Amino acid sequence: MLKDITLGQYFPGNSVVHRLDPRTKLILTVVYIVALFSACNLLTYALMIGVLIFCIRCSKVGYRAVFRGMKPVLVVVLITGVLNLFYNHTGEVLAKIWVFSIYSGGVRMAVMMVLRIMLLISGTFLLTYTTSPMQLTDGIEQLLGPLKKLHLPIHELAMMMSIALRFIPTLIEETDKIMSAQKARGADFESGNLVAKAKALVPLLVPLFVSALRRADELATAMECRCYIGDYGRTRMNQLVYQRRDGFALVGGFVVLAAIFVLRRVGI
Amino acid sequence: MAEQLSFAYTGADGVAPVVFKDLDLTVEQGSFVAILGHNGCGKSTLAKHMNGILLPSGGKMYVAGMDTREEALLQEIRRTVGMVFQNPDNQIISSIVEEDVAFAPENLGVAPEEIRRRVDAALDAVGMRAYALHAPHLLSGGQKQRIAIAGVLAMQPRCIVLDEPTAMLDPVGREEVLHTIRRLNREQGVTVVLITHHMDEAAQADRLIVMNEGQIIADGAPKAVFCHVELLQSVGLTVPETVGLLYELRQAGLDVPLDALSVEECAAAIAAAL
Repeated sequence: MLKDITLGQYFPGNSVVHRLDPRTKLILTVVYIVALFSACNLLTYALMIGVLIFCIRCSKVGYRAVFRGMKPVLVVVLITGVLNLFYNHTGEVLAKIWVFSIYSGGVRMAVMMVLRIMLLISGTFLLTYTTSPMQLTDGIEQLLGPLKKLHLPIHELAMMMSIALRFIPTLIEETDKIMSAQKARGADFESGNLVAKAKALVPLLVPLFVSALRRADELATAMECRCYIGDYGRTRMNQLVYQRRDGFALVGGFVVLAAIFVLRRVGI
Repeated sequence: MAEQLSFAYTGADGVAPVVFKDLDLTVEQGSFVAILGHNGCGKSTLAKHMNGILLPSGGKMYVAGMDTREEALLQEIRRTVGMVFQNPDNQIISSIVEEDVAFAPENLGVAPEEIRRRVDAALDAVGMRAYALHAPHLLSGGQKQRIAIAGVLAMQPRCIVLDEPTAMLDPVGREEVLHTIRRLNREQGVTVVLITHHMDEAAQADRLIVMNEGQIIADGAPKAVFCHVELLQSVGLTVPETVGLLYELRQAGLDVPLDALSVEECAAAIAAAL
């Protein structure tokens, strides 16, 4: 049952979007978010929707996968929509229900907010769908590289991230094993109220923590044995190299951002 | 390699349990040495001295002429002596096989093209080239352990120390790993120190060292060592089944030699005596 948990949710593939440098994709995601929050009228939102559809088509991930990612946040989206609908009192009154009245400004705001959140989520999901966790970590390390000059532990952070990702499946397997072992001895993880369930997790978490710490210790020794001394004179086998397509993608991204700023002025 | 080596863990209460004392041991370049012993006899602790993970509290440990207590030489020592541990899961650091193998040369600052070459060579040497882009957690135990060996080979070490590499594997995985180790020793001339408590694994080495309570109690060719049946039994180790059978026969008055490690040899020896 725990096997279903997937983190990062990477869909392996060989599309243009997959082959883009992770750094490019990270930068473009930031540009996309900035553009999205700058969008304020119909035209700009239309453009953002167009951009997203274009990216999804290029990535060959499929719309269904992108929208599936939105399911867990649907409640948040709905609440945002409803709140905006009733609390914005600008424009003319469209309808009156009991003490609540819906204004045209409210409708406009609600639609925009819902669109914004949905675009934000599907855009960032596209990044994790098309970039493997390792590439993502690499990209983050490289992009934040200049901060090393300020003695920020960027390499260490990236290392920790990649080790954490590496050990997720191992620890899930271990959790499954401990759970079976505890169940075999009569532990009950399913029944009872929330408090009882939380209490039942204690005999699961304690051995899991102990084992994780022991693993960490052994891993540290193994890393030392393989000459790891931190970020001193390290090289990389697969170096990230910007390709021509990265240039095109970046230019495209900034053109869209510029277009958004222009269209803001036009405003419909 | 080791000279008058002694080592004691420092206990939390200030009492220091001595693991071994005045141990002398030399491992020849290119040899295949097995170290056999019961749990807690100090064999793992000895292994950790061989690449400076632990430092001797008395005596000296030399690796290819380098003293492990010289901090400046530590990287070079660890590059010379690679170490493989029991649990393959806790040695693999990357979610992609080839990136894991590349970890050690990356740490050593090797040029990218050279790393590529070494990674491919190391994966070839353990027969895992086809899995270069797989995720390690989806491989079998034996395959994972072979990846761990490849990760060490990528440093191009002169010696590999394996600390019970087969203890957590099924028989198929064990055979895979042992086959890989033997081939590395024979074809690439890598010195192998195999720490184990499996008799049949130890029997495959050129030289067998038996440890008990921090002391070396037997040292020699496996055939010769296994002849000391009483000595091995007195420290709680069993001999290979063939030797055991011949020993029983001999106790019963039959004049058979004890040094038969394969079933065929054993059968021939019994046939000759009858």
